[in-house]
Amino acid sequence: MIHFDKVSKIYSDDSIALDEVTLKIGPKEFVSVVGHSGAGKTTLIKMILAEERPTHGTVMFETFDVHRLRRSDIPKYRRRIGTVFQDFRLLPNKTIFENIAFAMEAAGKTDAEIQSDVPHVLELVDLGRKIWSFPHELSGGEKQRVAIARAIVNQPDIIIADEPTGNLDPVNTFDIVQILKKINDLGTTVILTTHNKGIIDSVGGRVITMEKGRVVRDDSQGRYAI
Amino acid sequence: MFWLNTKRILKAGFVGFWRNGSVSLSSVLIMTVTLFALGGLIFAGAILRSSLQQIQDKVDVNVYFVPTALEGDIEALKSKLESLPEVAVVEYVSRDQALENFKVRHVNDEITLQALDELGDNPLGALLNIRAKQTSQYEGIAKFLDSEAGESGSFIDKVNYYQNKAAIDTLSRIITGGTTVGFGVTLMLVLISIIIAFNTIRLAIYISREEISVMRLVGANNKYIRGPFIVAGVMYGVVSACITIILFYPATYWVSSITRTFFSGFDMWSYYVSNFGLIFVVIVGTGAILGAIGSMLAVRRYLKV
Repeated sequence: MIHFDKVSKIYSDDSIALDEVTLKIGPKEFVSVVGHSGAGKTTLIKMILAEERPTHGTVMFETFDVHRLRRSDIPKYRRRIGTVFQDFRLLPNKTIFENIAFAMEAAGKTDAEIQSDVPHVLELVDLGRKIWSFPHELSGGEKQRVAIARAIVNQPDIIIADEPTGNLDPVNTFDIVQILKKINDLGTTVILTTHNKGIIDSVGGRVITMEKGRVVRDDSQGRYAI
Repeated sequence: MFWLNTKRILKAGFVGFWRNGSVSLSSVLIMTVTLFALGGLIFAGAILRSSLQQIQDKVDVNVYFVPTALEGDIEALKSKLESLPEVAVVEYVSRDQALENFKVRHVNDEITLQALDELGDNPLGALLNIRAKQTSQYEGIAKFLDSEAGESGSFIDKVNYYQNKAAIDTLSRIITGGTTVGFGVTLMLVLISIIIAFNTIRLAIYISREEISVMRLVGANNKYIRGPFIVAGVMYGVVSACITIILFYPATYWVSSITRTFFSGFDMWSYYVSNFGLIFVVIVGTGAILGAIGSMLAVRRYLKV
């Protein structure tokens, strides 16, 4: 599904974010990417999202090269990927309903679809009662669940979660990981980056370990090993 | 799809304007100053035009005749003048009428009136007031009169065009100079405030840059992201324009007493009321366009990548 072929991202001689990374991620996989800060995890994700261009190499998504997409096609491509970030990245001046509706509007969904799907997806993350709240009225765990609801509402092919539990307490962390596992069980590919040893050990699955921009380990049933 | 998106963009723009209250308020205030300056520019232009027009209206040529001139000769000259294509009106003032006018003009000047009585006879000659169709044509009329004076010799006492011309030219220069400087200063003020207004909008959108990046990440296309910001920009412009239009009403009323005194009867309030439609369109249109362009330029920066 995703194929990195000798991808490098070089900002300057002493700042190499990715160094000849080659890896494949298949459909329905749950892949954890681990590594210290600066190991290249976020750059890897930005490559998939077409936010950064590689200096060398190609990133293929199914049959096309992500970085050869026309600028006008990038939004359409991004709608196939749901993203969840450490800092939630909700739209502060929109209600929870509007935040999720925005992703659907961007994908060209009708008002009727929005009216029926948004409450449904909020029920899935157990936030039905907060539908008219604004993000600043929610706790960190709740915000992250809204972000997940937004990520899954368009039924994307992949969910990318970049350090989604970085700002959360252990209870919320556990909840978020359970939701991601459930999404994966329903057939969506999940790419999760994290520092958290507990998460990796509880999730199981494939673990890619990165260090200084390189993939140093890629275990199909890995554990946290840094 | 187009209508659905348009409806959503408009709604998002209105909601964004309302929810970002403090940011909208500051943008509206700055924009109001800009549009107020623009209104000032319109009024300065009107004052300039009106002052010049009034001076031009004051220009005429007077032909003074010697007291012994025969009425028939004067009438003949009058007909000749009226046949000239440049001449708009020729007004004949008889000797008696000239005396009457003189008395009215000096009604509070006892000594002069007494002196006139002492003379017994009417010392004033008849005169012709000539108005040209255009100011530039006075020169030609004056030359024609000079040649007439040469031919018919004695009965034309003097033609006052040249004295008048010097005074009127000087006055025109002073008023044109003064008003042009005022116009230039206002124009500068307008340009500066446009830059400030653009910067305020830029700041308002800078605050939303994270939001824009989130919108991009969830797959919104550039048009869909840009739209609500442009709608909000247009709203800044339209709301400020309405405030400006309302403020101009008492402001011009207050200023009109001053303009009436300084600019030979130019009434700013009447000008505002009688040209309200045009001023409204210019102010609201400029506000909306400034807001839209300001937003478009500011958002563009965050839409790259």
